[in-house]
Amino acid sequence: WLKLSFSSLAELPEMHQMMRQTCRDYADRELAPIAGKLDKEHLFPAQQVHELGSMGVMAVEVPEELGGAGMDYLAYALAVEEISRGCGSTGCVVSVNNSLYIGPILKFGTQEQKEQWITPFTTGEKVGCFALSEPGNGSDAGAASTSARQEGDEWVLNGTKAWITNSWDASAVVVFASTDKSLKHKGISAFLVPMPHPGLSLGKKEDKLGIRATSTANIILDDCRIPLGNMLGSPGAGFKIAMQTLDSGRIGIASQALGIAQAALDCAADYAHKRTAFGAPIGKLQAVQFKLADMAVAVESARLLTWKAAMLKDAKKPFTKEAAMAKLAASEAATFCSHQSIQVLGGMGYVTDMPAERHYRDARITEIYEGTSEIQRLVIAGQLLYRTQC
Amino acid sequence: MSRVLVGVKRVIDYAVKVRVKPDHSGVVTDGVKHSMNPFCEIAVEEAVKLKEKKLFKEVVAVSCGPAQATETIRTALAMGCDRGIHVEVTGKDYESLGPLQVSKIFAALAKKEEASLVILGKQAIDDDCNQTGQMTAALLDWPQGTFASEVEIEGDKVKVVREIDGGLETIKINMPAVVTADLRLNTPRYATLPNIMKAKKKKIANMKPADLGVDIVSRLEVLRVDEPPTRLAGVKVETVDDLVAKLKESGTI
Repeated sequence: WLKLSFSSLAELPEMHQMMRQTCRDYADRELAPIAGKLDKEHLFPAQQVHELGSMGVMAVEVPEELGGAGMDYLAYALAVEEISRGCGSTGCVVSVNNSLYIGPILKFGTQEQKEQWITPFTTGEKVGCFALSEPGNGSDAGAASTSARQEGDEWVLNGTKAWITNSWDASAVVVFASTDKSLKHKGISAFLVPMPHPGLSLGKKEDKLGIRATSTANIILDDCRIPLGNMLGSPGAGFKIAMQTLDSGRIGIASQALGIAQAALDCAADYAHKRTAFGAPIGKLQAVQFKLADMAVAVESARLLTWKAAMLKDAKKPFTKEAAMAKLAASEAATFCSHQSIQVLGGMGYVTDMPAERHYRDARITEIYEGTSEIQRLVIAGQLLYRTQC
Repeated sequence: MSRVLVGVKRVIDYAVKVRVKPDHSGVVTDGVKHSMNPFCEIAVEEAVKLKEKKLFKEVVAVSCGPAQATETIRTALAMGCDRGIHVEVTGKDYESLGPLQVSKIFAALAKKEEASLVILGKQAIDDDCNQTGQMTAALLDWPQGTFASEVEIEGDKVKVVREIDGGLETIKINMPAVVTADLRLNTPRYATLPNIMKAKKKKIANMKPADLGVDIVSRLEVLRVDEPPTRLAGVKVETVDDLVAKLKESGTI
């Protein structure tokens, strides 16, 4: 794969431009026209996920031998942004499948596990999910109370996971459970569980503010038995696996947030051309111009942070701080842009006839999941202070 | 019966608001988004489908223009064409490049590549000429099936259903032949990510019109380009008599 330099930030290499264009075309033609309906009716975009799978978008970084597109993380970030620009929910499904489900298996799985748990999930026919949070702990991931005990040649899992995206539509889950509570976070291990499976049940679908085409629910494990070979990575490595997965996942969510922010900006800019007040298009008014300018700066700066984080990851350099910065900046850009977009649209921004209100609702979750903005700040500060040896 | 030649043109993207240059010599193209002509996309899709049905062995994508034309060829490769040919035409030559010169180039390439079929878009969305396919066939003295909404290979013949003013016309023409693609021929595929990766390795040959013995001097000179006149608002009238009176008043009748 080609070595990217920072001039790529100014102009993307041809392959990346092409893949960005194909994702944008798909989003414009197939997702944007139905996004409102998917949102209103809480419909999982199964057909679109299939189509995206056949385009390679559900497994961008997965090597070709395993059925993926064999591209890099920058390409993945571009894909998620373009898809999210068409439909924030679909972008979320793409991101969760790529980063949170396939990501850890690709990095920590055995060859056999990769073939069994990744390849069927590259085509869009099946999607996976990631179960770390519990009713008792979100940000405090180390306090996981879900347990896994060994019984003969099986692991037996017990506990409840909360807020699991894709849960009702998934065919497998990466679950984090403690194999040794005395070791605290160092006793957590990762497991692969097929869905449906005896001992695994789903809670009610949450009725969410936004990204309504995705399903979010509890996963309840009640003496859920899986073969010993279903442990992902080594015993006690679960917390590390989760944290590293979230590091990369942050770039995916940043990209989703960018897509939503860009869609909100485009909506506002388009409206500013068309809506007239005081005898001229409102785009002539400085109050509107300043809003659009601030929105554009917010999106573009978050985008560059996101691309940089992706490129550092591709160059196998440390990227934890940059990924956290990207997620923080992009999610705050999404909420800012969607808020201002409604303002530019005025009353029209408040009704479902225009997509602005959906962008506002979709944007909000990006500041919360895969690490709240507050956690991102802790990560960034930690990295900064560590480097300056405070 | 082995090779299809497909023409792809790089044009200003259909969604862009086109602006006339201040000197009225043409339209602004610098920094403006360009993409493959939509009818060329349909032509590529048809060619690739024919190859997937194993009716042809190879699809060659051709584009005439400056360096950026290779981007359009690369997109055609990502949709499934096997290799590309970039006929380099730059600067003033490119500004004056029109259907006659392009058909000469395609005719020369069709012979050189021993193509059995040349598929082109019916027209380009920038100049709307709708001439290149027809001229190419005439230069080659090959039959043509233009405005195709259906194409079927039957042995060494092509059955083409044409969209004409009166409806649909079905013709059967001998190969080698030229076909031009109309809107309803097919729905072009999205370039998949793996195919974009594969396209990187496919070859694009570079040549100049002179290498094909083609003279691209233009016989046309564009005098002036203007925006269409601003459309004026209409006037509503109450009765037919009022309408007739207004039409007489304006000198229309």
